[in-house]
Amino acid sequence: MVDLRRAAAIVGIHEHVTRYSPDKSELQIQGESVIKALADAGLAKDDVDGLFTASSSIRNSGMNLADYLNMYPSYVDNTTVGGGSFEFHLSHALTAIAAGRINVAVITYSSLARSGGVSVGTGGVGRFGHPILDPSPDSFEELYGLTTVGLYAMIARRHMHLYGTTSEQLAEVSVAMRHHASMNPEALFRDPITVEDVVNSRVISDPLHLMDCCIISDGGGAVVVASPEVARNCRHTPVWVLGAGEAIAHQGAGKRDLIYIAAHQSSPRAFEMAGVTHDDIDMAMVYDSFTITVVETLEDLGFCKKGEGGEFVSGGRLKVGGALPINTDGGGLSSNHPGMRGLFLLLEATRQLRHQFDGTGRQVPDCKIALAHGTGGALGSRHSGGTVILARD
Amino acid sequence: MTTTWNRPLPSIAGETKPFWDSCRRGQLVIQRCDDCGEYQWYPRGICANCWSENIQWVQSSGRGTVWTYTVTQQNRTTGFAEMVPYVLALVELEEGVRMFTNIVDCNPRDVHIGMAVEVTFQTATPQITIPFFKPAT
Repeated sequence: MVDLRRAAAIVGIHEHVTRYSPDKSELQIQGESVIKALADAGLAKDDVDGLFTASSSIRNSGMNLADYLNMYPSYVDNTTVGGGSFEFHLSHALTAIAAGRINVAVITYSSLARSGGVSVGTGGVGRFGHPILDPSPDSFEELYGLTTVGLYAMIARRHMHLYGTTSEQLAEVSVAMRHHASMNPEALFRDPITVEDVVNSRVISDPLHLMDCCIISDGGGAVVVASPEVARNCRHTPVWVLGAGEAIAHQGAGKRDLIYIAAHQSSPRAFEMAGVTHDDIDMAMVYDSFTITVVETLEDLGFCKKGEGGEFVSGGRLKVGGALPINTDGGGLSSNHPGMRGLFLLLEATRQLRHQFDGTGRQVPDCKIALAHGTGGALGSRHSGGTVILARD
Repeated sequence: MTTTWNRPLPSIAGETKPFWDSCRRGQLVIQRCDDCGEYQWYPRGICANCWSENIQWVQSSGRGTVWTYTVTQQNRTTGFAEMVPYVLALVELEEGVRMFTNIVDCNPRDVHIGMAVEVTFQTATPQITIPFFKPAT
């Protein structure tokens, strides 16, 4: 394969601070975010030739966004594979830039999941309106009242059965994320919590409790990706893409061992491309739709063996200062979760690699290499996994 | 007694019609490939393993075990909202394929991984009969 290491860099970011915006449209949040991310990079509208977006609510999201922004991109990608879409976008932007097709790409996303009252995790098949099922696979699944949280709960139950993982171990993930959120003024929930708080919160779909589940918020943001030539003249130190891996996991005609998730396939691809090892990773952004998502992802990314995730996340290992700090913004469990959260993994990884929080407890000391892994869809049925490895000079 | 089925109903395509026809007769059928011999679930027009079109409908024993499950306490969709708590499960059939289902006719607290179950059918409409699983007798 062509060596793609450092063929593109993240040069601009913006996280829309909103967690509740009933008076804005989704396209407005994206527009505001794109403008500010380009300003962060020191680039202008006319510099952008690639447009990347995903949406579960905007039809023809790439076309409609180009129209709203009054842009005429020469490269458009609205790959929509759930929450991990934006790690796929970065992977695709890397390839397009390395091939010389484009020089500057913008990746953006927004959602009004909270002000729209969308029951993301517990709405079942009716969460986007009256259900008309596709002949397959819907018609062999949705008859039984699948919910997003239910699909993750079934994997959590299986994990507990096979490996002895406990609810208290899962709760450690929520506790660590809330600790990080307490240092993020934009986080929706900032008051510290304990393992007892999590396991005593009401059961949504056993073994998962309310506080094992991510929050629902509005929000949005944008990322600007550029070629090395452009990146060297931008305002911030470039955050280079070292490696990227993509994967889809599904039921494999009823035979896949669902305890292994898409990260099991995408992670070796990303590490091989990047030419780094797990010991080189200073911090990770791991999609935390539910606590079990983090445990499964850390195992299948290879940070610990299969079945040892429960022990790995315990004892404060995930906090800044621990063995592997993750989700230093508070994650989807405490900061924000507007429908699909993968974009925010890239934002916080970039902030850490820029050393934006130097002198505070949120900064991972001497952070040089970060990993982000987005999961989209549901572990129990079918989902995407996008792994990216990022580095500063 | 007439009941109104207020949960979602399946849509039926040519490739899945034999399955739903069999359910109406009280039989659970799955597919096996004549070329590679593999069973598959969910039903489809090609063999998911070798992409052959020589697939046959075969009767399943209708018996299996609970591979994993959850007791759902919250679902906002009409039809399921009234049903909570209910057991959502993946059942592994004796033929080796796993399918989503509800475990019915038992206390949700009694369900466990490895539990032996067997198929049971409920008539949703005159056209549609849906397979579920219950504890094996």
